[in-house]
Amino acid sequence: MTRRQTPRRHDAKLHEVDRRAFVKVGLAGAGAALAAACGWDGGGAIRPLLLDWSRVNDWVGEKVLFSPTHLARTYSPAERSAMLPSYFISDMTPMLRDPERWRLRVRGLVEQPLELSLDDLMRLPRTSYTVKHTCVEGWSAIATWHGVPVSAIVARCRPLGVARYISFESFDAGYSNGWDLASAMHPQTILAYGMNDNPLPPAHGAPLRLYSPTKLGYKLTKYLVSMTFTDQRPGGYWEDQGYPWFGGI
Amino acid sequence: MTDQQPPRPLVRRHHWIVRITHWVTVLVLAGMITSGLQIYEAYARFGNRGGPLLPNPLDGAQFPHWSRLGGWLAGALNWHFALMWPLVTAGLVYLGYLVKSGEWRALLFRPRDVPGALAMAAYYLRLRREHPPQGKHNPLQKLAYSSIYALGALAVLTGLAIYKPTQLGWLTALFGGFQAARYWHFWTVWIFVAFTITHVVLVFVVDPASLRAMITGWYRGRFPSHD
Repeated sequence: MTRRQTPRRHDAKLHEVDRRAFVKVGLAGAGAALAAACGWDGGGAIRPLLLDWSRVNDWVGEKVLFSPTHLARTYSPAERSAMLPSYFISDMTPMLRDPERWRLRVRGLVEQPLELSLDDLMRLPRTSYTVKHTCVEGWSAIATWHGVPVSAIVARCRPLGVARYISFESFDAGYSNGWDLASAMHPQTILAYGMNDNPLPPAHGAPLRLYSPTKLGYKLTKYLVSMTFTDQRPGGYWEDQGYPWFGGI
Repeated sequence: MTDQQPPRPLVRRHHWIVRITHWVTVLVLAGMITSGLQIYEAYARFGNRGGPLLPNPLDGAQFPHWSRLGGWLAGALNWHFALMWPLVTAGLVYLGYLVKSGEWRALLFRPRDVPGALAMAAYYLRLRREHPPQGKHNPLQKLAYSSIYALGALAVLTGLAIYKPTQLGWLTALFGGFQAARYWHFWTVWIFVAFTITHVVLVFVVDPASLRAMITGWYRGRFPSHD
């Protein structure tokens, strides 16, 4: 798929340009060409710096740009997109052998660990909204989601004061995401068991997935099995490979 | 053609702040565009899934390997978001210098520059033989340099609208929504590319001494007077 091209050389007549100036411009051009060459990700020297800098951007996103009260725009159900792509890591759609035995485990730095069935979750306060889904790839689509706010779970498990993060874990080939507590407590951050007026389909994370219009799609863990409260920033499937950790939009 | 004239004076032209921000912008913009082309590849069209697409001759385009920076989407995003800082910093430092030094007067295109701009256009179109008299910058240059700064601001604002469409939802709405903001962000690239090609060609064809001025600060060429 990749075409290599040799840049054409132009032998321009450089009247009135002294040699030193020409060398300087040449070096600048060579630097830019080097950086652009070969799909460079920064190599061993710069890639770690870029990842460190990505954490600076995370900090700005989390502490400066994120508002715990600002709500994402909602749409009417009539504006739903005709399709919403779905992704998972496993070779085939992850599905439970015995859905009846599925439980969401709430654990880690909490006063009250919980094991919740789908019926338990449906008896908790319910939120529905129609919002735009934004993928890191650049596509977007509108859908309706139904579920229980994460804040309702937090109220029941009572995290310890030192708990600052939640790791959301799935049964899809070890996929997981780490979240900051403020994003998780946002009123539009929910554990969704329904989509577009129907039970959550297997392609979109049945029986339960994390959803929020304040984050990019890769932060919205599907096929949930547990939430673990921690005092250390948990990694995640894509985050550990270089995608921004905060992933807030 | 100028052999019979007295030697040209050597004049101080560009302050070091202007020269540094100029070359920083060249490098950063090269990184921004190349990482942006890599990012574009992940979803090379504009419009909500399942909905109508915005008109775009580059739908589904994959750009040549040498023109893409970052290797893959995450690598390109990290380059793009890191370079956002020096780009905005250079833009603000340059703007601050223009305001503080008063040099904005020689650069900002105003209504009174319209007749001069038409005369310059006539010269470039070979409808007029003589290069119209000018100071540091001619009216077409003022138009170009005012527009390119505005384009830079537009690139940054559309970029922020894509970066945080929920937290900066008002900005995203201003550009017509997330997909429209992506669309305008993408088009700023091609205007930057066209500007850069024109800019470099004109430097070598019309006033090569201005290249030295942008590097060393000193100018000895055919347009020595200041505005």
